[in-house]
Amino acid sequence: MSSAAVVIIAILTLPAALAAATLQKLMHATLSFAVAVVGVAAFFFLLGAEFVGLVLVFVYIGAVAVLIVFTILLTRRDVGKDRAANWGGAFLAVAVFGGLTWAILKTQSVAVVAPHIRAVTVKRIGEALMTNYVWPLQCVGLLLTAALIGALVLVMEEKR
Amino acid sequence: MTPTLQLFLVISAALFSIGLLAVLSRRHAIFILIGIEMMLAAANLNFIAFWRFSPQSQTPTGVMIAIFSIAIAAAEAAVGLALVIAVYRHYRTTNVDHLNQLKG
Amino acid sequence: MINQSIDGFLHPNVSKSVDQIFVYAKLWLLTWLTAAPGWVIQIASSLINIFALLGVFLTLFALMSVLERKILGRIQNRYGPNRVGPFGLLQPVADGIKMLIKEDIVPARADKLLHFLAPILIAAAAILALGVIPYGRNMTPFTIDGGILFFFAVGSTTELAVFMAGWGSNNKFSMLGAMRAIAQMISYELPLIITVLPVVMVVGSLTPDRIVAAQAGYTFGFVPRWFVFTPWGATAFILFFVSGLVESNRTPFDVPEGESEIVAGHMTEYSGFKYATFFMAEYIGMFAITGLAATLFLGGWHSPVSVLEFIPSYIWFFAKLSALLFVYIWLRGTLPRTRVDQIMNFAWKFMLPMSFTCVIAAAVWHYAGRGLRGWLWSLLVIAIVYTALSMLLDTQRKFAPRVYRFAE
Repeated sequence: MSSAAVVIIAILTLPAALAAATLQKLMHATLSFAVAVVGVAAFFFLLGAEFVGLVLVFVYIGAVAVLIVFTILLTRRDVGKDRAANWGGAFLAVAVFGGLTWAILKTQSVAVVAPHIRAVTVKRIGEALMTNYVWPLQCVGLLLTAALIGALVLVMEEKR
Repeated sequence: MTPTLQLFLVISAALFSIGLLAVLSRRHAIFILIGIEMMLAAANLNFIAFWRFSPQSQTPTGVMIAIFSIAIAAAEAAVGLALVIAVYRHYRTTNVDHLNQLKG
Repeated sequence: MINQSIDGFLHPNVSKSVDQIFVYAKLWLLTWLTAAPGWVIQIASSLINIFALLGVFLTLFALMSVLERKILGRIQNRYGPNRVGPFGLLQPVADGIKMLIKEDIVPARADKLLHFLAPILIAAAAILALGVIPYGRNMTPFTIDGGILFFFAVGSTTELAVFMAGWGSNNKFSMLGAMRAIAQMISYELPLIITVLPVVMVVGSLTPDRIVAAQAGYTFGFVPRWFVFTPWGATAFILFFVSGLVESNRTPFDVPEGESEIVAGHMTEYSGFKYATFFMAEYIGMFAITGLAATLFLGGWHSPVSVLEFIPSYIWFFAKLSALLFVYIWLRGTLPRTRVDQIMNFAWKFMLPMSFTCVIAAAVWHYAGRGLRGWLWSLLVIAIVYTALSMLLDTQRKFAPRVYRFAE
C-alpha cells in the first residue's frame, strides 16, 4: 500500500463525486456517481477488503444505479436541468468538511500505520456470517424482504 | 511513504461533505437520493479504514459492518425511489420545494 | 505474480511441456526483466496476460462471426459467406474494413458523452469478465479470491451501459430497446446467479481455480466428476445456459435487438466502428458466459476420459467452449423469437423456483452422502418441484390444428 496509489484513486473519486453532486443533467450525474463508487471500491481493494469492494460494485452499480435510471425514466416531465448548488448548501458542506478534518488532524491516536493482517478471504467472511453474525444476517434478510415488498406496494397502480 | 489512517479519514470526510452538498442544494428528489448514497459509501469507507488500521484487525468486524451497511443502503434506495415515483404520480413533480403540503 | 497451481494434479500421461507451454513462454519473457524492481515485474506480467487474452479472444471473435454465418447458412440450406478467402474464412477482414471506413454518424440532438461512452463501457465490461476464467492448468489470467463475484459484478455494469446507449441516442426506438434489454437482463440475472450457488456451496470457494480442481478425478474409473453429471448440476447447467442466452441477448431472446420490430434497439443510432464494438462486446460476453459455464459445470480444462489426458488442458477448454458456442448458434438458427411477456413469465415463474430447487437439491445431495443415495434423493427433489411447477403453470391451451376464421 503506498500513498501514491491512495492519491491517484482519490483524484479519480473525489472529482467524480463532485460532478455527481453538481452536474445539471441527471443522467450525467448518475454516471459520475457510478464512477465515484468504482473509486470507493478501489479504496476497499487497497485496504484489503476485496469482498466488500466487489459487493459495493455489484449492489451500487448493478442495482442502485439501475433503479435510479429507471426512476429517471418514469418521472420524466421536468428531467434534464436542475440548479447546481446554492450558497447555503455549499457553505454548510465546507464547514462540515473543515470541522471533520480539524478533528481528524488534531487527534494523535489516528496517526498510525497499517499493521500486517491475514487476507480476509471469503471463507472467513462466510464463517463469521454463519457463527457470530447469524442473527444480523437473518434480520437483514427480513429487512430486505420487507423493504422490497413495501417498495412494490408503493409503486403498484391503484385498482380503480 | 506509507499512508496513515488520517489520509483515509480525510478522504472519507471529503466524500461525506460532497454528499451533504448534494443533499442540501439540490431540488430534484433523485439527486438527493444520490447524495444520501454517497454519504453511506463514505461512512463505509470510514469503517473499513478504522478496521484496517486497528490493532485487532484479525477479526473481520469492519468488513461485516460494511457488508450489512451496503445491504441496508440498497433497501433504502429501493424504498426511496419507490417513494419518488409514488409522489410523482400524485403531484406530477419531483421538485422537493413543491412538496410542502401535508394534505394531498 | 505467477499463478501458483492450486490443482497440482498432473496425470503421469500428461506431457508437461506441451500443456504448460504458454506458462513457460511467459516465464521466459519475464526473465528479460529480472533486474527490474518488483512492481515492474508485476505490471509486465499483468500486461503479458492481458495481451495474450486480447489476442486469443479477438481472433476467436473474428472466427466466430464468420463461422456463425456459415453454420446458420447450412441450417437454412444455403452456403454462408464463401467468397473471401478459402471457404469464406477471411470474411472478418472484409467486415472489419467495411466497418472501419463507414462514416460515424451521431444524431444531432444525441447526448454526445453518453453516446460515445456506451459502446466502450460494454466492451470493457465484457473483456474484464474474461479475466478470471481458468483457461488451462495454471493459466488463469487474474486470480482473485472472489472470482465468481467479480465476474457477476462486472457483468452487472453492462445493464447501465445498455441504458446509456438507449438514452444517449435520443430516439424512441432506442429507448424502447434499452428498456426491454434491461428488463430482460435484470430478470435473468437472478437465475444466473442462484444457479451458481449450488456449485459454490459444494466446492466451498468462490475461486474458479478451486472449482475446477474440485471436479478432478473419476468415479467408477470412467465417469468424470464434473458437476453436470449430478442431478442438481445438470439442472443448474441448463438453467445457467438459458440465462446466459438471455444475458447475451441472443435469439430466441433477442427482443432488444428485434430486427423486425424496433430496428436495432439500443444500437439503432450507432454506425461503423461503434456498431462493431457493440457486436464485439456481445460476442465476447458470450465467450465469457460459456467459459464460465464450462468452468463451473463441465470441469473446466479437465478431460472427460482418462486415456485422453495427454491432450493439453487448454485444448480441452476451448473444445468445450466451441461445443457450447455451437449450441448457441444452433439455437439461433432453429428457434423463433419469444415475446417479451413470455420471457418475463418464464424467468419469474419457472426459472427462479427451479434455481432455488437446485440449491436445495445440492444440499440434499451433500447430506445424503455424495454417492448413489445422494444422487437419487436430489433427483427426487428436482422431479417433484418440476412436476408441481408444470402442473401449476399450465396455461390450459390445447395444441390443435389452427382454425382460420377469414382466410380460406
